[in-house]
Amino acid sequence: MTPPTAPQGAAPSEGPQPVPATLPVTLTVNGQERTLELDPRVSLLDTLREHLHLTGTKKGCDHGQCGACTVLLDGQRVLSCLTLAVMHDGQAVTTIEGLGTPDDLHPLQDAFIRHDGYQCGYCTPGQLCSSVGTLDEIARGVPSHVTADLDDVRFSADELRERLSGNLCRCAAYPNIIAAVSEVHASQNGASQNGTAQPGAAQNGVGQ
Amino acid sequence: MKFDQPATTNPIDQERVVTRPHTRIEGPLKVTGQAPYAYEYRLPEAPTYGFVLGAGVARGRITAIDTAAAEAAPGVLLVLTHENMPAQGASDTPVPQQEDASPQLAGPEIRHYHQAVAFVVAETFEQARAAAHLIRVTYDVTPGQFTLADTLEEGKEPDDAADSVVGDFEEAFGAAAVTVDLTYTTPDQSQAPMEPHATIAHWEGEELTVHTAHQVVHWVKRGLAMTLKVPQKNVRVISAYVGGGFGTKLLFFSDAVLSAAAARVLGRPVKTALQRPLIFNNTSHRAATIQRVRLGADHAGNLSAVGHDTWTGNLPGGDSEPACEQTKYLYAGPNRQIRTRQSELDLPPGASMRAPGEAVGMLAIEGAMDELAEKLGVDPVELRLMNDVQFDPEKGPKRPFSSRKLAQALRTGARAFGWDGRPRTPRERQEGEWLIGYGVASAFRTNLVKPSGATVRLEPGGTLTVETQMTDIGTGSYTILGQVAAEMLGLTLEQVQVRLGDSEYPASSGSGGSWGANSASAGVYAACDALRRDLAKQAGYPYADAVFRSGKVWQGAECTELSELAGKEGVSATGSMTYGDLDEQFAQAGFGAHFVEVRVNAHTAEIRVNRALSVVGAGRILNPVTARSQCLGGMTMGIGSALMEELHVDHDLGLFVNHDLGEYHVPVHADIPDMDVIFLDELDDASSPLRAKGLGELGISGVGAAVANAVYNATGVRVRDFPITLDKILAGWDD
Ligand code: FES
Ligand code: FES
Repeated sequence: MTPPTAPQGAAPSEGPQPVPATLPVTLTVNGQERTLELDPRVSLLDTLREHLHLTGTKKGCDHGQCGACTVLLDGQRVLSCLTLAVMHDGQAVTTIEGLGTPDDLHPLQDAFIRHDGYQCGYCTPGQLCSSVGTLDEIARGVPSHVTADLDDVRFSADELRERLSGNLCRCAAYPNIIAAVSEVHASQNGASQNGTAQPGAAQNGVGQ
Repeated sequence: MKFDQPATTNPIDQERVVTRPHTRIEGPLKVTGQAPYAYEYRLPEAPTYGFVLGAGVARGRITAIDTAAAEAAPGVLLVLTHENMPAQGASDTPVPQQEDASPQLAGPEIRHYHQAVAFVVAETFEQARAAAHLIRVTYDVTPGQFTLADTLEEGKEPDDAADSVVGDFEEAFGAAAVTVDLTYTTPDQSQAPMEPHATIAHWEGEELTVHTAHQVVHWVKRGLAMTLKVPQKNVRVISAYVGGGFGTKLLFFSDAVLSAAAARVLGRPVKTALQRPLIFNNTSHRAATIQRVRLGADHAGNLSAVGHDTWTGNLPGGDSEPACEQTKYLYAGPNRQIRTRQSELDLPPGASMRAPGEAVGMLAIEGAMDELAEKLGVDPVELRLMNDVQFDPEKGPKRPFSSRKLAQALRTGARAFGWDGRPRTPRERQEGEWLIGYGVASAFRTNLVKPSGATVRLEPGGTLTVETQMTDIGTGSYTILGQVAAEMLGLTLEQVQVRLGDSEYPASSGSGGSWGANSASAGVYAACDALRRDLAKQAGYPYADAVFRSGKVWQGAECTELSELAGKEGVSATGSMTYGDLDEQFAQAGFGAHFVEVRVNAHTAEIRVNRALSVVGAGRILNPVTARSQCLGGMTMGIGSALMEELHVDHDLGLFVNHDLGEYHVPVHADIPDMDVIFLDELDDASSPLRAKGLGELGISGVGAAVANAVYNATGVRVRDFPITLDKILAGWDD
């Protein structure tokens, strides 16, 4: 066995690199225009967390494997750790802070509280942004791996489970998240037959 | 306050707030992204960013470490290695400790893969990360022992899992009418909380404040003080929101030690989150086990011989994975032999992960019970009922269980799940291309309590503030402690504010070993008891007559408003709960039963869980919303342990190769169906004044065995080498 001479990930490199230039970037974040001068290596996630101090968006893995950093970019969900802020000049970002506030909750935020769709809360902003994006994708007829008829995309608990599977929850609030999102879908679509909310969760959740 | 007599009637028995299904009081903050986790505090001074570089070998010595390029890189402020690390407290083990010195970069010796070898601090995260990759490390590699199966002869009885030998096991096993003798293996597993280990450290003169993701505040406070060689009183720890722990945040790691050390050198705040691919080898994990279960019974199924041996390994000085502990208590049987043997391995440190011992021990004993039932031709539920026992089987009737509803859980679950309608023999039921199987297992988790304290303050205006070091790692502490305080003072939950996770508050049990809710609630109970006495006295009522209700204290029809008693200054009281020997007088544990239905694809052997039910007897359920979520979380992690979770050991290089969330598989939405939890009515007088027991780990303890038993029922293949993946089923079908 040859002893490694460099630790994991270390690529041979020729001494110090030049001081990285910064680039200007303008993003509309939660409706507000924000102009920043950024090191081009800064991910959209770290732009939000470290530069704009919007720490509601979470970093779970920093490389696209957990979903904690999910935000909406021009309305579609993206993993903000997997993209660089400078690639999105002029685009609009909605983060968890833009969905609602404690005094003015988004219906999904409210449903997560009532159904206990979280425990530690760390994956929660990602689950919520992903849920917003998912409901919109289903409404737009975007199919998924479990869609039986690609021309007839319908809401179901299995569609949700499939589409939200990129959002890991180690606390495993999964059944309660599905119940919460299903309830919001049902109320927004004025139909209850699509709701798969668990009776147990619903009863427990609305106890106050 | 000391809890040394079984509980008698107390204000909690009113159950006006406690036991009610309140949603989490911190919920609005969590769902809007306003709850601050360790890495997210904004200090007056701009932070600097730390990045930990892990060793590229498992065992050896650093012969040279060249940091020149990193030090010259843009934005770099400091590079720490063993050559310039400030003096630290010593430890005689490479395993990080709960509350003792756990030095980092302590010397050139490498004891495990991804052990920290350097720490880069820069003005930005991007600069620190880039610079870390410019460091050149040269190692002299020493061969290590990375294979548990090769060390079995060397195993020693660990301090934390003593042998239990009763009667003559070998003779009884030899004479038994029906026996099973089975070997199980469980792999190394990772806790993998979604929030990485993270710390912000800053100094003001000699005083250190760390915001860190931790489960037990006073442990990390003491441990950091010992490591950094500063007085404990100079260290403040804040851990107000913790993004999951599952045991790994019982210890403190390089993010905390190195951020604190570097912040002191630099005179600036340092923030560090361990990068996800480092966490699996750098921090702790649940160690692999090899287990042999031997059971002997008469023809009816009464156990005469109960044998369970576990082999496990760790770095020297590390704890064992005590996978036989539950077998000491679970079933009757006059002849018993339960032993753990621990050997030395050069893998990363093994330590606590949700339900140390039971989580993997139950996979073995409950699998063996299923095989014994099959051999006997009895219903596996019946076999468990037949061998139920109301006292500690090792100590005898003089040590009864404080409460034990195993039988009721099994019966209730069997009814609710439709156990009678189960397929009786393997491969009996097929729906389309899916084979359907049912499985059952008992649930068991030792009940632990720890001393815990709190301060409660009746504020001017009559609201109440609770302050304690207790943490909420998703367990519901904020809400539960608010409920306990509201109940004690006759307030509504909305009138109570709860502040947690700050070492300025009274020390608490913290969160771990399922002791948190019960222990911390007892601490709040004690503080409220003291406050109630003060307030009754101020109102001029004898304490025995005083009733707290509706924001007032009453004596008969007479009453005084609490807001009046609070005055302009408020009134506060501090209390803590300690424990006598009730846990010696009584065996204490949570019990339950798991029922699982799986479907297995008849062609591909893909395994899906169709439904799962846990019936839980865990004393008083303080809050059914958060309790149910704890159970669902445990059940899910148990399903993960049965079907997918495995750290793959590179037996040559000595590392866990799948060290990220893409390769270490945890259950995702698509893996988990709707699941049910039934709580049994139970009050445990010997556990605490709350009459509650631990709950957070009961869900994981046994459910994996129910999955495995269901997979057998569906497929006819017994897989005893966890996790049960489809290749193992297919191999079984080939045989
Ligand atoms: S932090 Fe972006 S996917 Fe994990
Ligand atoms: S709530 Fe803790 S990870 Fe999802």
